[in-house]
Amino acid sequence: MDGIQAAISADSVDEGWTVAGRNFRSRLIVGTGRYKDLEETGRAIAASGAEVVTVAVRRVNLADPKAPMLQDHVDPKKYFYLPNTAGCFTAQDAVRTLRLAREAGGWNLVKLEVLGPPPFLYPDMRATFEAAEALLKDGFEVMVYCADDPVAAKRLEEMGCCAIMPLGAPIGSGLGLQNKVMIRAIVEQSKVPVLVDAGVGTASDAAEAMELGCDAVLMNSAIAHAQHPVLMARAMKAAVEAGRLAYLAGRMKRQEAADPSSPLTGLIR
Amino acid sequence: MTTSIAIELNGEPRELAGPATVADLLAAIGLDARKVAVERNLEIVPRSTYAETALASGDRLEIVHFIGGG
Repeated sequence: MDGIQAAISADSVDEGWTVAGRNFRSRLIVGTGRYKDLEETGRAIAASGAEVVTVAVRRVNLADPKAPMLQDHVDPKKYFYLPNTAGCFTAQDAVRTLRLAREAGGWNLVKLEVLGPPPFLYPDMRATFEAAEALLKDGFEVMVYCADDPVAAKRLEEMGCCAIMPLGAPIGSGLGLQNKVMIRAIVEQSKVPVLVDAGVGTASDAAEAMELGCDAVLMNSAIAHAQHPVLMARAMKAAVEAGRLAYLAGRMKRQEAADPSSPLTGLIR
Repeated sequence: MTTSIAIELNGEPRELAGPATVADLLAAIGLDARKVAVERNLEIVPRSTYAETALASGDRLEIVHFIGGG
């Protein structure tokens, strides 16, 4: 219970978490896609308090090589860029993409996701295992997006993945956590960090993920597609902190009947 | 001596005046080598070797960078 002691004694908002030997104070990881423009991206990410941001790897625009770049608004010296394999539907494409990302960025910590077909873009676990094996063999630190399947999650951990990231609901759906029992089961069995990745729609969803004991939450659309992204980014920061503290504090027991808080003795007659 | 090199760059055919290296190509396009990564015929080209990696006709190149994503 070091976390609880740290949180209480330092009266701090959070005690931080560690993935692949890197320490982060913020338990919110945010994507950098789907914003109106790069300026809004930068402001929303600043408001979220996130230290880690996910980024995609894409062909440069040869017609306009001087077009504004993400780095101009989200400083890679200030934020840790976590490259993803969004849009990869095969293990081979995911591995190629992350090898390029490693060369572009210069570090080994990456987010692997291999997707199945629309409309759900559900994790393709067979391809995910195949890609994870190749990446681990090649020296990558793999944070892995996966199904809410405790058996698959354990296998990924045993292979050497450094974080397990089950979906709470389909990518970009904003449905909130549809699988709390399985998320909790994965949290309880895992020795590496567990993050809910995908499905969060609003602040209470993020708090709920943290209350289940997740180490962090990863989201993009819930902030980027809010009516006011910068405000929602602040809400998510608060929600993740609140959810973590509630988890550490330990919630009261549920019961069916009322149990009044004020004494029933000394009432006037 | 100038020869023409026909490559495929990010999925599109492109003619270059040869001889040319990966570094020459990036400079000709106007890309900052520190912000991109290059794959040649499915193999990563390490940034430290751009200046000595000569391009040949038939090469398939991918030049990528980081963009916003979730």
